[in-house]
This record gives sequence, structure tokens and C-alpha cells, in this order.
Amino acid sequence: MDAFVLQIFNGLDKGAAYALIALGLTLIFGTLGVVNFAHGALFMLGAFCSVTVQKLLNFSKKVKDETITFFDAYKEQPYLEIWFGDMGTAIIDYSVPISIFIAIPIMLLIGLAMERGLIKHFYKRAHADQILVTFGLAIVIQELVKANFGANPIPVPAPDVVSGSAAIGVLFGLGESVVYPWWRIIYLFFSLSVIGAVFAFLQLTTFGMVVRAGMQDRETVGLLGIDIDRRFTIVFGLAAVVAGLAGVMYVPVLPPDYHMGMDFLVLSFVVVVVGGMGSLEGAVAAGFLLGILQSFASMNEVKSILPGIDQIIIYLVAVIILLIRPRGLMGRKGVMED
Amino acid sequence: MTKVYSKKNDMLLMVIFTIVVLTMPIWLAPIGAGYPDLVQKFAIYGIFAIGFNILFGLTGYLSFGHAAFLGVGSYTAVWCFKLLSMNVIPAVLFGVLTSGVLAFLIGYVALRRSGIYFSILTLAFAQMCYNLAYSVLTPITNGETGLSLVKDDPRFLDGMLGVQVVEGLPSTSLFGLKMSGYPGFYFCAVLLIIAFFIALKLNRSPFGMMLKAVKSNQNRMNFTGLNTKPYTLAAFVISGMYAGLAGALLAVTDPLAGAERMQWTASGEVVLMTILGGAGTLIGPVLGAGLIKYFENIFSAFNESTLHSIFAFLPDWVEGGVVWSVSHFVGEGWHLTLGAMFMIIIIFLPGGLVEGANKIKSWVMNRNSKTSDDSGGSGAAPQTSSVE
Repeated sequence: MDAFVLQIFNGLDKGAAYALIALGLTLIFGTLGVVNFAHGALFMLGAFCSVTVQKLLNFSKKVKDETITFFDAYKEQPYLEIWFGDMGTAIIDYSVPISIFIAIPIMLLIGLAMERGLIKHFYKRAHADQILVTFGLAIVIQELVKANFGANPIPVPAPDVVSGSAAIGVLFGLGESVVYPWWRIIYLFFSLSVIGAVFAFLQLTTFGMVVRAGMQDRETVGLLGIDIDRRFTIVFGLAAVVAGLAGVMYVPVLPPDYHMGMDFLVLSFVVVVVGGMGSLEGAVAAGFLLGILQSFASMNEVKSILPGIDQIIIYLVAVIILLIRPRGLMGRKGVMED
Repeated sequence: MTKVYSKKNDMLLMVIFTIVVLTMPIWLAPIGAGYPDLVQKFAIYGIFAIGFNILFGLTGYLSFGHAAFLGVGSYTAVWCFKLLSMNVIPAVLFGVLTSGVLAFLIGYVALRRSGIYFSILTLAFAQMCYNLAYSVLTPITNGETGLSLVKDDPRFLDGMLGVQVVEGLPSTSLFGLKMSGYPGFYFCAVLLIIAFFIALKLNRSPFGMMLKAVKSNQNRMNFTGLNTKPYTLAAFVISGMYAGLAGALLAVTDPLAGAERMQWTASGEVVLMTILGGAGTLIGPVLGAGLIKYFENIFSAFNESTLHSIFAFLPDWVEGGVVWSVSHFVGEGWHLTLGAMFMIIIIFLPGGLVEGANKIKSWVMNRNSKTSDDSGGSGAAPQTSSVE
């Protein structure tokens, strides 16, 4: 039972990342009709925003180490510590949450630039061309990151306060031994609130209403005198921000490297296909579902019966879903069914 | 636009192709590519790209998982070398066969959908194969280390036929002829020519027409009461077998197999080769494969010092900047060039080099016909395409 609850939690935070990326993918597909193979790269860029912020905050100067008196010893001390003392240390400690605020405008800009600069010219081209050009872009982004940050994963710690584990066992009446990292719980709630914000934005605001109308029938909305193209551009930026935020906060869970984007992208595509192309709710539900399934499949008890199941479970589910229900779990009739 | 394929033209194309391929070591020597390792790669990746083009060029189904078949072909071939014989014939045959079976299984599922779904499904399957090769199948694939020959492999067929055991690691051979260096290249080249011939015949056959019809409008095909699935599946399996053949040949020229051959970047590379040359054309994929492999070879060999010597004619302060920016694109950064090339080709020249050549040709012809005959009427560009 302990292991069972733990696996559900394990699946939830991975599922949250899938859900966020898949949500962005679906948004872009639903509005612009473009399959964005560079979406994983956006996720990765978000993660590297965090890395950059951490590096900037840790910008340091060599100072004399006063604690060692036998000889002249020097140590690196971050400028922030020199300037602000304990306050500076605290700022450095909170580099990941701080990067959220920096990542939002950066990712928004990247998203807008990408749509205006590249994707815009591909609306009328074949789907294959859209896939290929975004695929090329993904390679370029990935290689640029590799050139700047190296090929090795870069660990970025979570703030000290939440680096420990929470005794979630007590909450479920399972005893003290069931513990779970605080940061992953935070990540889960963070993603849930981002998902909630996106849905609220689409459901409750006028802007969101227009966007939803545009997803249903772009032409008619255009005929009503609404500049739907501009709104869709903003939606693209929004999707980039969502992917970026998923990446920023995921850094303490998984040290980012240059190919994490593609690793997540393939799975997120599967999530989109399972959830149903064009269905936002489907993307979120399928993200969590597949995340949990994957973590159950990696339990030792399961692996001893079916070796290797943890590596292929997601693909297997996708295949089964496509065979039984080709339009996905929550796909609407007539949307990209062929 | 009607195209007339005459048998005579096809014959001519075949003859020219054969001559060009077989003399590759000679005419590639001046540009520094006339050595066996590289021309072998040209031939092998040419086969891979021709096979990919049978699926993508003819039916329009964009597969992102062809590297899986390449990898499986390689693994099978190496296992044949380990278990059966150092002769390349069984390795090639089994390599083609297993990847054909795998292609059938994957194609059967993936072809239930088309368009984007198909691309995503093939990508997912390829990643699945890649993950499996790294994890559970380690006893078969030897995981990260990669599969290679060891001295005391059984080699049952060789044992039965009484092939002499040599000292050290045996090398692959075709009935005693060692498959390294130029003999290896000629083996690959002959297979490339055969592969090209089959692709040409397929292209001209009713089957090929059917595939092209699927590309232009699958719905209409379905409305006429025709089930397109067997045709697309056949195309998928054939192109999978081509990929398997290429994989087996990679193992023939160098008996190693690693999972990185199955990675998505490898799948992307063959897509790029096909598109760069011109999808749907016959000669395009071979051309694209050759160019990519050539540039890969040249670019990855560059390093800072060679760059400095190249740009030495520039003033110092310019040189530093130029070398710094160019160095990102060469050597380790070759993939960056690949990605950038990918985008540029798709943005500006979606039909590939062959289309570009045709455009230039028709533009030149147009100008000629305008200047030579001012009476009008016959000034329309003649729709010629020499290789399509």
C-alpha cells in the first residue's frame, strides 16, 4: 500500500510535466493547425532559463578567506552575498522560483518571435513541411544550447527549505516511513495552477472566448471583423510560456541537458494522441494518466513479471488506444480523425 | 502536365547511373572524397534514402522512425557474423528480412492513421525500439557498448563448411574476398545500383502509380472503392527493407552495431537527405545522401586551427570573430549546420535540389525560346524533367 501511494505521487509529477507540454502542443494545434516539433525545445529553453538565472546570481568574486590564517586562502563569494549579506544568500537560494518571473517574458518573446518569424509562413504549407521545419528548428535550438552549456546535465538545487521530504504518509494514515520530496509536491501544485490558469483564461475572459470561437471556426470569426491572427499569435506565445514554466520548475527534479526537450517531446506527442488531438482536457487527463501508468510500470514487482515494461508502457497504451479508439480518449468527432 | 517515360530514357538513366556510381572513387578523388570509407557511406546512405523515398516520395507518408529499421538491420547482420558465417550474403539477407518483418508489424499499426498521426506513431515506435535496445534487450544488443565481434563466436556455418580459422578477429568476406576498402565499396555500389533499378521499376509500375495516387488524393482512392492500405503497407515494408539493407551493409563494412544508429536524429537525417535531393524524384535521394555525408565528413574534420588557416587572409580582428562564429558550425557543431540546412531547404526549396535544377533549366529554356522565336505561342516553358 505504501508503495502504491508513492507510485501515484511519482507518476503525478512526471504526468504534470507531460500535461503542461501536451497542453501547449494542443493549444498550438487547435488554434494554428500546426504541429510544433520544436515544443520540446521550448520546454528545454525554460529549464535553461533557470540554469542561466542561477549562474547569474552566483556571479562571484575571489575574496580572501578569513577563516584560514596559516596562509593566504581565497574563496569564491557571490557578489550578491557581498552586497546584501544574508539577504543575498537567500536570493541565491531561491534562484528557481525567481527564474519563473524572468522566464515568463523571455518565453513569451521567444514564442512570439517564433510564430511571427517562422511558423506564420507555414500555415498554407503541407503538414509534412510544418513538421520538418519545426524539427529543424528543434535541432538548431538544441545544438545552440549544447554549444553554450555543454553536453552534461547541470544540477540546479531547489531552495533549502523545500529540499527535504514531506511525510505524506501521515496524511494518508500510512505511517511516518512514507515520505516524498517537497519540491515534487510543489511542482505538482504549480502545474495544476498553471493548467487551471490556462483554462480560466480560455473560459472566463473575452479574449479566451474569441480564441475558442476561432478554434471552432476561424473563418467566421475573421469575417466578424476580429483580427484572429493576432490572437492566435498571442496563443502561441502563451503555449511557449506554459512549456517554459514546465521546464523552469522541473529543473530541481531532473538536471537539464540539451536533449531533454526531445525526450519529453516524443512522450508528449503520444500524450496528445492518446488524449485526442485538439482536446485540451484530453491532453491534461492523458498526461497524468500516462505519467501514473509509467511509474507503476517501473515498480519492481511489475518489472519482474514483465521485464522492460517501464520502457514501452506509454507506447503500448498509445497503440492500444489508437486501435480501439482512433480519435483518442476525448477527441471530438471530425477533428483530425484521418 | 503529362510525363512520358520512355523505356529508352530509363535505360539511358540506368546506364549513366551505373557508370557514375562505379567510377565514384575516381571522380570524387579531386574533392578529397575518393577514399573507400567515405564512398562506402555514400552508397549505403544512398540505399537508405532511396528506400525512404519509396515511402515518403511516392505515398507522402512521412515516417520519423526509419532509423529503427537501419539499426535492426545492423544488429541482425552482426549476429549473423557471430552465429552463422563471416560471409556477407546471409548477413545481408537476414538483415533485410528482419527489418522487413519489423516494418510489417510497425506499419500495420502505424498505417491505420495518416498525416501527422503517422509521423508521431513512427517516431514513437522508433524511440521505443531505441529504449528497448538500451535497456531490456541488452543481452541481444549489448546496450551502450554496442554489439561487436569477439574471437570465440561460434559461427556454425563457417564451422560446417570448414572455413579456415584465422588468427585474431576475422573480417567480413564475400566467398573469401575481404569486404573492406574498395571491394567493400564495390559490393555496396552493386547493391546500390540494384536498389536504384528496383526503385525505378517500382516508380514506373502500376503499383507505383497507385502509390502516387494515394499521395495526390487518398480520399478519392477510397471513394472509388479501393482499399489503399495494402499498397501503403507494401511501400512501408519495402522501404523498411531498404533501410535494413543499408543497416546490414553498415555492419558489413564495419562489423559493429550500436543503439545510437536508431536515434531520432538518424531518422531525421534520412528525411533531410531525401528532401535535400528532392522527394519523389529518383535521383534526388542519392544525391542528397551523398551531399550530406560529404559535408558531414568535411565539416566534422574542421577544427580551430584549420579555420584559422582558412581565414588567415582576413585582418586579425575580423578573423577572430569569423573563426569564433564558424567554429560553432563545424566539428562538434556539425549537427547545428544540419539543422540550419534542414530549415533553409524546407523554407526556400521544398522540392529539393532536383526541383531547383529543373527551375533553372526551365528558366534558361524560357529565355532561349523567347529570344529565338518572337512570334509567341510556343514560348511556354517546356515541361521537361530529365530524371523524374
